[in-house]
Amino acid sequence: MNLLSRRKLINKIALSLSLGAMVFGLFWLAWILFTVLKLGIGGLSPDLFVKMTPPPGTADGGLANAIAGSAMMVGLGTLIGSPVGVLVGVYLAEYGLKTPLGRVTRYVNDLLLSAPSIVIGLFVYAVVVAHTGQFSGWSGVLALALIVVPVVVRTTENMLMLVPNSLREAAFALGAPKRVVIMSIAMRAAKSGVATGILLAIARIAGETAPLLFTALSNQFWSTNLNQPLANLPVTIFRFAMSPFAEWQQLAWAGVLLITLGVLTLNIVARVFLRQDKQH
Amino acid sequence: MTQLVSQIEFKNFNFYYGKFHALKNINLSLARRHVTAFIGPSGCGKSTLLRTINRMYDLYPEQRAEGELLLEGDNILKADIDLSSLRSKVGMVFQKPTPFPMSIYDNIAFGVNLHESLSKAEMDERVEWALRKAALWDEVKDKLHKSGMSLSGGQQQRLCIARGVAVKPEVLLLDEPTSALDPISTMRIEELIDELKQEFTIVIVTHNMQQAARISDFTAYMYLGELIEFGDTDKIFVKPQRKETEDYITGRFG
Repeated sequence: MNLLSRRKLINKIALSLSLGAMVFGLFWLAWILFTVLKLGIGGLSPDLFVKMTPPPGTADGGLANAIAGSAMMVGLGTLIGSPVGVLVGVYLAEYGLKTPLGRVTRYVNDLLLSAPSIVIGLFVYAVVVAHTGQFSGWSGVLALALIVVPVVVRTTENMLMLVPNSLREAAFALGAPKRVVIMSIAMRAAKSGVATGILLAIARIAGETAPLLFTALSNQFWSTNLNQPLANLPVTIFRFAMSPFAEWQQLAWAGVLLITLGVLTLNIVARVFLRQDKQH
Repeated sequence: MTQLVSQIEFKNFNFYYGKFHALKNINLSLARRHVTAFIGPSGCGKSTLLRTINRMYDLYPEQRAEGELLLEGDNILKADIDLSSLRSKVGMVFQKPTPFPMSIYDNIAFGVNLHESLSKAEMDERVEWALRKAALWDEVKDKLHKSGMSLSGGQQQRLCIARGVAVKPEVLLLDEPTSALDPISTMRIEELIDELKQEFTIVIVTHNMQQAARISDFTAYMYLGELIEFGDTDKIFVKPQRKETEDYITGRFG
């Protein structure tokens, strides 16, 4: 066998292996999406958005309280976690790049990023819920914010590191002080990347169940009181899917479909953001 | 040629990257409103020398300078110097074009806003003035609010020159400004440099010896952190005094 045909053969083998891996991955993904769609679509109705979670064995019900509770907690968790994450990311990329404090922060952040979310849930349970003696929406918000922070820190830092240093030098060369260089030049160049990081963090917490199970718990009724247990989609799905009642199971699938569609939308929006950035 | 006035003066100037002694005892005087070129092989310290004139090295804590560096008689190495006002007097253009991620207009206004507060009309006037100085006005006057990154490489580099000029500095530092550009864009920038020296003192680092010969009035040849020879460009290229200079410019080495 000559060199060329050997290279072509190796190329074919490598290509088949990677194609096989891709098909394997996509197969399961497509199956999951198909199942969610098939089982969830039957539960999609206007009732889903206006009626409360029903008692067992009742046909007439929706997920309105869970949707509202999830929206509140995810929204507030993002609102609290993102600014902290962005600021830490700016510190790491612009000030603490080679300092000992920067290295420690980066290491701790990596730990937090890979910590299982149930650990975060238990932590908030121990320091907040156990002390106040009350499951509450706020403790759920705190747990979700703690998951948002490391994701946003990491993406903000990475996006700022992608901004070429020559751009910063060019701004310094015009006499700009450091804060102006960071705010007007570096952050501006990285802004769609940072926004993407925040969107991905929202997508991440939208489906988190474990941290809410120990904090916000759940609520069968309509409530917007964050000092009380608060209904939310993931825990409702968890409870309803495990139940023997067909109506509850149907609602659980509808909830899964809602979260999936939400996360899919966020991911698409994030991609559009990034693409716009490249066109500049 | 009018009589020469010294604008920038290095006196017993030394520069260190950590422990590495990068520039050794430089004594050099650069003439006002003329073009001085720094040439020499890679790593000889020509860019390092250029970047001391606006104290760019201050961004990097392990770098330091010793000796004196006078800008119009003031020692700019002093610790208490106002870097922002120094850099408003000494503009810089880099090897790769560095347009900011904002409109063409805002690219120019950014530097001006740091040092002056102009009305909208004054700013419009300043932007036009700077773009005309950089021979870019005719090409961009209808798209001032488009992103600076939408321009071609040569246009981006002229935008960067306009941005530097807009602050009305006295000195313009050019760090291999054409090495990333095609020959036509290079030619335009070289013509521009010839225009700009009417108003600005220009210091240029270049790897291209023909370029140094074409555009500069004075040339400094550097090697291994030392200033080997300095003088009229015509003399340096036609009849260098030092053997090392001759070897370099005739292409026997470097």
